[in-house]
Amino acid sequence: MRTLAQIIAILRKDLLLELRSKEVVTSMLVFALTVVVIFNFVFEPGSAQIKTTAPGILWVAFTFASVLGLSRAFAREQEQGMMQGLLLCPVDRSLIYVAKVIGNVLFISMVELVTFPIMIVLFDLSVGKVFFPLLLVLFLGTLGFAGVGTLFSTISANTKSREVMLPILLFPVSVPVILASIKSTAYLLSGREFAEVWSWMRLLIGFDVIFLVICFLLYEYVLEE
Amino acid sequence: MISVSGLQKYFGPVKALRGIDFEINAGEYVALLGVNGAGKTTLIRILSTLTKPSVGKVMIAGFDIPKDSNRIREQLGVMSHSTFLYGDLSAEENLLFYGKMYGVAQLRPRIDELLERVSLETRRHDLVRTFSRGMQQRLSLARAILHRPKILLLDEPFTGLDVNAAGMVTELLRQFIIEGITVLLTTHDIDYALQQAQRVLVIRQGLIAAAEASHRMKRDQIGQLLLDGREKPS
Repeated sequence: MRTLAQIIAILRKDLLLELRSKEVVTSMLVFALTVVVIFNFVFEPGSAQIKTTAPGILWVAFTFASVLGLSRAFAREQEQGMMQGLLLCPVDRSLIYVAKVIGNVLFISMVELVTFPIMIVLFDLSVGKVFFPLLLVLFLGTLGFAGVGTLFSTISANTKSREVMLPILLFPVSVPVILASIKSTAYLLSGREFAEVWSWMRLLIGFDVIFLVICFLLYEYVLEE
Repeated sequence: MISVSGLQKYFGPVKALRGIDFEINAGEYVALLGVNGAGKTTLIRILSTLTKPSVGKVMIAGFDIPKDSNRIREQLGVMSHSTFLYGDLSAEENLLFYGKMYGVAQLRPRIDELLERVSLETRRHDLVRTFSRGMQQRLSLARAILHRPKILLLDEPFTGLDVNAAGMVTELLRQFIIEGITVLLTTHDIDYALQQAQRVLVIRQGLIAAAEASHRMKRDQIGQLLLDGREKPS
């Protein structure tokens, strides 16, 4: 019971801080929208080309925007030794990880909820039948990326060049999640058989579970000096 | 209450602590004096469970570091020159957050009591970043004792405070001593240590150079010990 209260307390605190400063979500949103708008000018609306490249553009926008947000979210915690204040509390380090992952998924999802409908309109994508499976893929991809990203943003927050270090560490490791997310999205948007989509979604779920479990177990050691 | 034996801490090839031994009894007020780089902050970080010892045994309130770290954290209140307060949260929101983290029972009345005690009850809804340094340190002290700890670890709590603010923090600390809280405070201020603390520990080059009741120590004697430490860097 106390465990849940601690997770909620960290989550509530992070949401409240973001509500006041708006620095994480705003920077992510501006970046994601800029990417989508730029690519909209590159391709002809409704062309076959745009339909094949849309999943890649979508995930490039979300993952790169997420890196911005993840980096900022932890930098804020490190400033003025706030992370130490959290570490002084009688809370398991893995619970801090759980709370941070939930918070990061929420922040990234807020950006996706704004960017995705705009992309559907700009790129003239037909998502009627696959809307809910697409939302599920977005959630799974975001969960996996935020899971790994939370661990690496904690590591990079302790380095001098954290803005550079985070993408260098994060992208190579999260390639399986990004790849499975792009393939699942592409198959859904191109109307492929569910069995084909499911094979990639299974892979995505598998990587999510593996990454989340490993990061959960490693987080305590990452926070050690 | 605090028992340290054979404590050593290495950061790569650098020996920050080279074999520390001391004990602090329940309800004692002990000042830890040392020049910059002597190992004061490293020692406080180990006692507050933020850093693991390389060698040696540290027991706090009967619990072992690092094995029982969470049990120890429940017994500790820590305050340093960093306030551990979120600037974009109000005074009340900061205490609510830490209260939930420590699982404080009857949190609201406890927050009311502490805000009144540190004379911040009228500023409870104001964001902490609008507070002066002295107000932030007072709130930080309220945060440190929110969960009724048995031990207070204070790492240079007067840094950046003017005379009035330092006086208020000193008065609050005096009240905590009366209530039976064990206090270990690091400071550069020899006069303060001799006047306020019951016992003085002098740390020099990662070793305890002196541990005496404050009334038995002279200002010049401590000054010389500190100076010797500075003259012979390791």
